[in-house]
Amino acid sequence: MAAYRRLFADPEFWPSVALTAHVAVTSTVLSVVLGIAAALVLHRVVIGRRTVTALFQLNLPIPHVIGAVAVLLLLGQSGFVSRLVASLGWTASPADFPALLFDRYALGVIIQYVWKEVPFVGVVALAILRDTGRDLEAAAATLGATAWQRFRYVTLPVLLPGVLSTAIIVFAFAFGTFEVPLLLGASYPAVLPVLAHQRYTDVDLASRPEAMALAVLTTLIVVAVVLTGAALARRAIRQVGT
Amino acid sequence: MSALGTRPLLPSPPGPDRPPAGAQPARGPGSGLASGGGAAPARAADTEGRRRYGPTLWAVLLLTLLLLPFLPLVLASFSQAYFHPQLLPQTWSLRAWALVLGPGAGTWAALRDSVVVAVAVTGVSLLVAIPAGRVLATRGFRGRRAVELVLLLPVLVPGIAVAIGLHVTFLRLGLAGSLPGVVLVHLVPATPYVVLLSAGVFANADLGLEAQARTLGASPWQVAWSVTRPLVAPGLAVAALFGFLVSWGQYATTLVVGGGQVVTLPMLLFASAAGGDVAVTAATALVHALPALVLVVVMARVLGRGAATAKGAR
Repeated sequence: MAAYRRLFADPEFWPSVALTAHVAVTSTVLSVVLGIAAALVLHRVVIGRRTVTALFQLNLPIPHVIGAVAVLLLLGQSGFVSRLVASLGWTASPADFPALLFDRYALGVIIQYVWKEVPFVGVVALAILRDTGRDLEAAAATLGATAWQRFRYVTLPVLLPGVLSTAIIVFAFAFGTFEVPLLLGASYPAVLPVLAHQRYTDVDLASRPEAMALAVLTTLIVVAVVLTGAALARRAIRQVGT
Repeated sequence: MSALGTRPLLPSPPGPDRPPAGAQPARGPGSGLASGGGAAPARAADTEGRRRYGPTLWAVLLLTLLLLPFLPLVLASFSQAYFHPQLLPQTWSLRAWALVLGPGAGTWAALRDSVVVAVAVTGVSLLVAIPAGRVLATRGFRGRRAVELVLLLPVLVPGIAVAIGLHVTFLRLGLAGSLPGVVLVHLVPATPYVVLLSAGVFANADLGLEAQARTLGASPWQVAWSVTRPLVAPGLAVAALFGFLVSWGQYATTLVVGGGQVVTLPMLLFASAAGGDVAVTAATALVHALPALVLVVVMARVLGRGAATAKGAR
């Protein structure tokens, strides 16, 4: 218990909790919203449908370390997008490009997660749409429902249960993120998993119990959030469906 | 459906109801079609064109964003001099590839260790997942939901927590810093996926055919080989692929349990990224990415052909 007491008194602990929560929640929300939007688009693609769907899934098997390195080369201050902006004459030097990486809000980490998880959510949503979507939507259209009404009362209730379990996995992944913030995040405050590893490998072996406490707390937070989130979401889905 | 009857319908806001049609910067094909006929057919052709090309344009934008991060990787890996603000390298070169694939970089050893670990993880998790998946899918038993929840837990627990927790025990057992130790720690996140996917496969398979075969006098081995295997093999192949990919991408668990002595491709890549030679890092990243991509594409091809023949046979 002494380790937990030391941890709660640690000035880095609470900022670290807040940052980790921010990364996980923002990544999950953006991935789910954009993933559903992507699925709705892909579901309506007529030309080159097979190719488009195959390319959409291309980054699913790509490990997060590679994603992080790619984002580094893409969005770093001398990265590809910075060069693109400079070629257009909008910036004069790399320093003019906004610092998207190693920043307080972990934007780089979130961007990597959204890039990686949008296809994940999208593929699940697309499978559900293909199984059930069309007939129901057509029926609703025959009954005179507008496009928004079809989405809100037909497509969304069909999508949500399946997308929910995906959202849970995305949240857990993002909350337990380690190598991505190690490459793309600021050094202070670090996210909880990185903090746990720092304490674990600290030259001062007395920090190890704190590392263990951090590992336990991170796990407990994920499990608690996932269980309550799942229960709340299930209730919300029932309300959306009626 | 009851929603449409029981509740007053929301007034339809102008914005979100038609995102695909709303923004279409270049609608060449639609207007091209429209130029020939009169007003009414023109509008019909225009809507038709919009339905045909609108989603495709959005999909192209989406794919551009998703594939864009690969572009600097490829460019940088073939660069000698590549300074801001040049979009393309000033000097192209195979230097980084020669270094990465040369004898000094340790890429081949890392590739071998990554493959050995991932194959072992896939094999062991399948051994667990085939019987476990079958039981979960076909038998109702007391505490089944609890088992499913416990199965999900390793998916939820952060890798670093698993690694730190097991490391102390593995040190005592002499497993830390060894390939078997890394295989064991990878099994923690990989097995639940493979089991859950395997349960899905068995739940969808028509296992009643097994009973028919037995009634017709087939031995248990004949049933397993000639009836069950063809039913579940494609699905189990996908489950195995997932197991392989989970292991392939592991970083935190390998770092802690491998203790720097087991150098898989993610270890090598991370060390390179911290080192500073961008071209080498990019080439290493591509070496790490390619096997996973090839495996997925090959699997999709094989399974796609299998499904096609199955459909043709019917």
